[in-house]
This record gives sequence, C-alpha cells and structure tokens, in this order.
Amino acid sequence: MKTSQLIFRASVLCALGLASISGYAQTAKAQAAMDKAIVASFRDEGIISVASITQDETQALCSDPKMATGKAGAKQRAAIEAANMETILPPYDGVYLGDWKEGEKVAQSGRGATWTDKSSAVNGGGCYNCHQISKAEVSHGTIGPSLLGYGKTRGNSAAVVEYTWGKMYNAKAYNACSAMPRIGHFNLLTEKQMKDVMALLLDPASPVNQ
Amino acid sequence: MKKIMSGGVSATLGLGLCFLVTSVGAQNAPTASDGIAKYREMIADGNPAELYEAEGEQLWKKAAGSKNATLEKCDLGLGAGVVKGAAAQLPRYFKDTNRVQDLESRLMTCMEVLQGIDPKEIVDAPFGKGAKKAVEAVVAYVVTSSRDMKINAPMKHPKEKEMYALGKRAFYYRGGAMDFSCASCHDDASKRIRLQDLPDLTSAKGAALGWGYWPAYRVSSGEFWTMQRRLNDCYRQQRFPYPNYVSDVTIALSTYLAANAKGGVMHTPGLKR
Ligand code: HEC
Ligand code: HEC
Repeated sequence: MKTSQLIFRASVLCALGLASISGYAQTAKAQAAMDKAIVASFRDEGIISVASITQDETQALCSDPKMATGKAGAKQRAAIEAANMETILPPYDGVYLGDWKEGEKVAQSGRGATWTDKSSAVNGGGCYNCHQISKAEVSHGTIGPSLLGYGKTRGNSAAVVEYTWGKMYNAKAYNACSAMPRIGHFNLLTEKQMKDVMALLLDPASPVNQ
Repeated sequence: MKKIMSGGVSATLGLGLCFLVTSVGAQNAPTASDGIAKYREMIADGNPAELYEAEGEQLWKKAAGSKNATLEKCDLGLGAGVVKGAAAQLPRYFKDTNRVQDLESRLMTCMEVLQGIDPKEIVDAPFGKGAKKAVEAVVAYVVTSSRDMKINAPMKHPKEKEMYALGKRAFYYRGGAMDFSCASCHDDASKRIRLQDLPDLTSAKGAALGWGYWPAYRVSSGEFWTMQRRLNDCYRQQRFPYPNYVSDVTIALSTYLAANAKGGVMHTPGLKR
C-alpha cells in the first residue's frame, strides 16, 4: 500500500470515530471485546495465519449488520467506498482485455487461499460460485447477479471497461459491504488472470456475449 | 451403493467440494438438494450413519480410559446417564465446568472426568481418526436419541446469552483474503453457491434446516460429520485460519444456530451431499 493510501485510510478511520454516536461507540466496544475472543479461537494452519483475520476498516464496519446496510452506516460506507476506490490500479501496460478462453478457466476455478492449499497453488477467481456467466455453464451460483451477455448489453466503452476492471479489482469501491471479494486488492488473481476474465466478460467473441 | 450413485444423481451428488466443482452439463440442472432428496428416497430409512450410531452406543457402555469406566453416568444436561432428548437441548450451560458446552465438548468433559481420557488427545487427533473418531461415534449415538424432537436449547443463563451474542458476532465477522463471514453465504434463503442451496441461518426456518440436519452422514466423503467438523469446513471455505476444536467461537456459533432454530425439529443424523 502506498503511503498516501495509508494516510488516507487513517483519516477515514478518524472520521469514522468522530461520526459515531455514543450508542454506537458502546456497541463498538462490546464488539471489539468479542472480536478478541473470536480471533483467539483460531490457530495458524498451512498458508493461513491467524493474523489474516485482523480486520481492516472495511471488514470492521461491514461486520455490523446495522452498519452494513440501511441508513445508520450510510456515511461510513461512503467513506469506505472512497478509500477502496483509491486502491484500484489500472493494468501495468494499459491493456485491459486478455484471452477469454483462459478467462473461462479462471472463472471456473474456485481453488486457492484455503489452509489446505499450497502457497505455490494458482488461485482461481471463483466467479461461477456466485455468478451466471456463460450459457453453457449451468452449475453457477446466485450470490451475485447474472453476468450473461455482460459485454453485449453494455458495450465496451472505456467507461465500461474501467468500471468492470475496478469492480473486479476492488468490489468494495462501489458497494462498501459487497459480498464480492476484492480480487485485485488482495492479489487473489494475477494481473494476467484478471485481464483474461475481463475478456471473458467483454470480448465480443466470448461465449458470454453470443 | 455404487448402483444408486450412478447416472444423473451422481452428477449432482458428486459435485465435490463446492470450490472445486466443474460443469454438470445438463440443460436444466437440478440443484444439489434435488439430488440428495432423490437419494434419500432411494435408500428410504437407511442412513449409513447407523453404523456410527451402533458403534457409539457400544462405546457409551464400554469401560475405557485410565479409570476403566463407562460413559453411562455422563450428564449431557438432562441428568446423569440421560441420553434421550439431550442433544435437542444443547448447547447449554453446565455448572460443573462453568461453561456453555456443545455436545462434543461435553462428551470430552465426561471422557476426562469419568474415564480419565486426556482431552488434548481428542483435540489433537484429525477428524475421523483416533480419539476424535470415538467422540464422533458417541455423537452419532446421542443425536439419534433426539430424532424427531423439538430443538430447544435453553437460553436463560447469562452465560448462554453471552455465548449467543458472541456467536452472532462471529456469524457476521468478516475477514481474510475474501472478506467473507458466515453471513456472506448464509443470510439469504434464495442464494446458492454453484448448485448448492444455502440456508438462511439467521431465520428460524433456515436455521432449523441447518441445525436440524446436522450432524450428518456425508455422501460425498462417505463419512459421518459432527457439527464441529461442518463448521471447520465452512471456515476453510471462508478462507479463515483453522478454528481450534471445541474453541469458544465454534461453541458460540452452535449456540447461535441452535437458538435461531428453536422450535424446529431434530432430523439427526442427517444425510447430506
Ligand atoms: C462470493 C461472491 C462473489 C464472487 C466470488 C464474485 N462475485 Fe462478482 N458480484 C457479487 C455480488 C454480490 C455482486 C453484486 C454487486 C455488489 O454488491 O457488489 C457482484 C457484482 C459483480 C459485477 C458487477 C455487475 C454489474 O451489474 O455491475 C461484476 C462485473 C462482477 N461481479 C464480476 C465478478 C468476477 C469477474 C468474479 C470472479 C473473478 C466475481 N465477480 C466473483 C458476488 C461475487
Ligand atoms: C464461502 C461459502 C461459505 C461460508 C463463508 C460459510 N459456509 Fe456454511 N456452507 C457452505 C456450503 C456450500 C454449504 C453446503 C455444503 C454442502 O452441501 O456440502 C454449507 C453448509 C452449512 C451448514 C449446513 C447447512 C445444511 O443445510 O446442510 C451450516 C450449519 C453452515 N454451513 C454454517 C456455517 C457457518 C456457521 C459459517 C461461518 C463460520 C459458514 N457456514 C460459512 C458455504 C459456506
């Protein structure tokens, strides 16, 4: 994370602190005590350390169902979205679309990042766990919206391309407490993998857009 | 068994771990629950968990440990030696340990106090192996004796209420590389991962579907899984670190689920994908 990023994040935290009414501060204190007890129940295993569930401000806010949706947390969520928006980096060479055939493989695989995975294992995007994407794959989840015909209905203007990259890179920039993982932000996929998935969604030749 | 598992049913039953599944390739794919419903019909009342149950009943009555004693005086909350209905009223607060305990941690207490079995041995064994395997068999026996009873975990003692609050907090606690909490996958009845329906565990109906059918025999792995093991695997999928066996967070989550499921029916041991 860049230094400017850190400073920005710190200021978001301060803003959150000031904004909280005393009732919320009370529950926040009780929650912090419980969070300690929760974390104490785990041990390191394989590639997953206990430290990995120390929360950042996004996770902390979104762990309170009252703040995650509804009016109470609206201000905090806006601040969280702004902070997450700052993390999004465009592809290194400015090229957003890779190979949709490879992208389909990445979208299919839900492997990686569990305590039974090796650190050398290639992560998958797990996209089909939550989204309908191509017509041919009927075994898809419904936690996220259907992405069938994604590029066909939206076109691939610079704005659409940037939004789609951004959403994959850091879904919380657009919806603070989204169920979707922050795939680029947490390096769950490589830049190349992300470009390939981009092509799956946006390339006119991709089966998603047939 | 082989025969039953062939054809369309095996396509759904054999989905494997949800993050590893690939295409089923059918037109109108049945969900995993459709498949399991068919399988249940086919084997009628027979659940392979019965083998574990029979072994568990034997272990309950067999002298073991350094004290060479049986578990027949074990108090699961309804009095020494009462097995019938006990699982339907767990987790609960126990005065002797001054803790809220789920079935597995309570059995460990009985094994330690009555039989002299070191709880560390149980904690350290992998699921399905060694000292843990014995606990799992006894779990199968005990939960079968609550079959068709109403789920009724007491929620009166301050420690029970405390555990519920901790469980609720844990349910919504987001963290790790994918920002997941239990709620990411289990707070909406209309959602599924791939073809696996996910019950809304925050509602009474959904919690009864989750809590009321676990522990269960898992067709995909051919093993009997306790609730501790179910939660352990969900935490793995959640990309969390490893929850220690019978740790506070696991007992708290069970307390939360059982309380939400109050009034539902115990169908234990369940039969699951
Ligand atoms: C655990 C669930 C989950 C996973 C995994 C997931 N998503 Fe999502 N996704 C969602 C949800 C929920 C939304 C709805 C909007 C929101 O709340 O962020 C969404 C929204 C989106 C959108 C925006 C759709 C729109 O109409 O604007 C895109 C694009 C997208 N996801 C792509 C992907 C890709 C590509 C992957 C895999 C690399 C992926 N998602 C993995 C849950 C998920
Ligand atoms: C990333 C997804 C995911 C997360 C996070 C998750 N689960 Fe699950 N859970 C599943 C899936 C998938 C199943 C169904 C598994 C199957 O059919 O084999 C399941 C099943 C269950 C069941 C049994 C429900 C039934 O009807 O059989 C319970 C209870 C449960 N989970 C509780 C939890 C709890 C508590 C947490 C948090 C500690 C949690 N889950 C986190 C995916 C998840």
